[in-house]
Amino acid sequence: MAGKHISLSDLSQEKNFEFTPKLRKQLITAIVVGVALLVIGIILWNFGIGLGGEEHHGAGHGGGHEGGSHGGGHAPEGHGAGGGGGEAGGHHAFHWTKRLFVDIWHNGVFFTGIGVIGVFFVAFNYLAQAGWSTLIKRIPETFGNFLPITGVILLAMFFIGGHDIFHWTDTSLSDPKSPNFDKIIAGKVSYLNTPFFLVRTILYFGLWYLMFRLLRKMSLKEDQEVDFYKYSKNPIFHKKSGIYAAIFIVIFAVTSSTAAWDWVMSIDTHWFSTMFGWYMFASWFVTGMATIALYVVVLKGYGYFKYVKDSHIHDLGKFIFAFSIFWTYIWFAQFLLIYYANIPEETVYFLHRMEDFGFLFYFNIIINFAFPFLFLMTRASKRRMILVKIAAVGVILGHWLDFYLMIMPGTIGKHAGFGLVEIGLAVLFVAGFIWVTASALAKANIIPKNHPMIEESLYHDV
Amino acid sequence: MADASKYIVGVFDDEDVLLPAVKKIRETGVQIHDVYTPYPVHHLDTYLGYKRTRLGKAAFMFGATGTTLAITMISYMLGFDWPMDIGGKDFLPAPNFVPVTFEATVLISALGMVGTFLVSRNLGPGKKAKMFDPRSTDDKHVMAINLDKNTKHSKDEIVAILKEHGVTEEPKEVEL
Repeated sequence: MAGKHISLSDLSQEKNFEFTPKLRKQLITAIVVGVALLVIGIILWNFGIGLGGEEHHGAGHGGGHEGGSHGGGHAPEGHGAGGGGGEAGGHHAFHWTKRLFVDIWHNGVFFTGIGVIGVFFVAFNYLAQAGWSTLIKRIPETFGNFLPITGVILLAMFFIGGHDIFHWTDTSLSDPKSPNFDKIIAGKVSYLNTPFFLVRTILYFGLWYLMFRLLRKMSLKEDQEVDFYKYSKNPIFHKKSGIYAAIFIVIFAVTSSTAAWDWVMSIDTHWFSTMFGWYMFASWFVTGMATIALYVVVLKGYGYFKYVKDSHIHDLGKFIFAFSIFWTYIWFAQFLLIYYANIPEETVYFLHRMEDFGFLFYFNIIINFAFPFLFLMTRASKRRMILVKIAAVGVILGHWLDFYLMIMPGTIGKHAGFGLVEIGLAVLFVAGFIWVTASALAKANIIPKNHPMIEESLYHDV
Repeated sequence: MADASKYIVGVFDDEDVLLPAVKKIRETGVQIHDVYTPYPVHHLDTYLGYKRTRLGKAAFMFGATGTTLAITMISYMLGFDWPMDIGGKDFLPAPNFVPVTFEATVLISALGMVGTFLVSRNLGPGKKAKMFDPRSTDDKHVMAINLDKNTKHSKDEIVAILKEHGVTEEPKEVEL
């Protein structure tokens, strides 16, 4: 703070991140625990324990829905692997693999979001010419390394369990001669068909990863430039990064929405919402910012980032606070219109979630709005490391549940639950994410020392 | 604000001279009334030893007032005074109240903060703004020292201290 002068040469004393054998051992332990939980959970499922939904198979289930004004809403959902009342209609018996595939899809989409938001954070900071984030820039810069992994996982899941996740993959639905013919889905078939879906998914991951590599390459090249003063007069890598950032933002503006339609909204094939792209983006963004804040705070706790002050943490806290409210705004805008218009084919989406996932539906708003709004409102709570840590963990967990609520009702409905498999998968994904980002973080200086705005970040004060 | 006080006003050109000067002048025991700068100078608030502003608390209170007012108003109107059937909803449909409640919260806190600003800065219709040197809105940093509150130092001592720490012109006495 006041009076303490930091010079650029001090930065060389900053300890670089090391992927220590201790951390590696901890991560391996986590992976072993995750796999063990997964295997035990699957074995238990095969004995019929924890799979859920058995008590709901009774014939009386459908009747409960018919009484209200919304009875008609269930009719279009009735066929296929999907929604609410339809399952009693004699579709094939529930198999545990389906729940596993959907669980993997849920985690895959969620962690893809954290990865791509890391790239997005770097990109919009270049575009906004923001200097304060320079000291912590290397953290979001590593997140994109996780994209190829989730990309492969999502594609594999689509090949293996595509029909379990998306019932539009059933081609008989768009065949007028078939008894399964569904007029609404047939109308969407030019967009929702397997080849085009695959092309799009590969395109998203390809473009995101390409732009990530280019941004990362420029950042590393900039670091290797020896003469800071000579370099800073001609910040060629910085300028190029700005161009790549602009290109990425344009790509992401479109693909973030379309990815949300493809990967999540098309699960409830009949239903659509024009807010959905933004809704999922907001959820991703809050999670990404919370993850960045958590990384900074944890690494600072381990003695890295000596020059990152409470001012930087304050700004990250503000991001979590502000975009939690933004998420709520989007969530509510989507909800209010559907609630107010009260059209059966629209309300079915929320009806299903309120009746079958009632606790989660309301808890979602508490953990993702009330909690960050009230908890992060004061200045101190955005500046104290331990409080930011609590808020970040709560928000990440909350948005994981938000994605759960987006994906589960339309796929496995009453068979969804939290068991050993869900915990095991989450542990695996978290351990994998930390492994990939930590090894990338260890490969470069933890502070981009030749970044032209490094000084602005050093003196950042709010 | 009714009684005018006497101030010594020093003018600085450069914030790099101003910041150490603020620190050293405070070390001599002279209380600085305030420093007026044409643009925000980083760390000036910490050098001047400002306490944390209570504006945030005021904003929260105004916001809470707006929320309460809005909920009371809509509930009374639509639920009790003149219940209306709108789209077959309940007479107290909570989701419908959210947009208006939100807007009222923002409105009341914004108006309240403008009022707070006017009162705390002694501005508003019919008020004369305290302006020690109009060049503080142009390119000069202006430091004001209240003579009535610095009884330990004589006027000449304060002028000498100001000169010692880099004012660019002869400090002048202003009565406001």
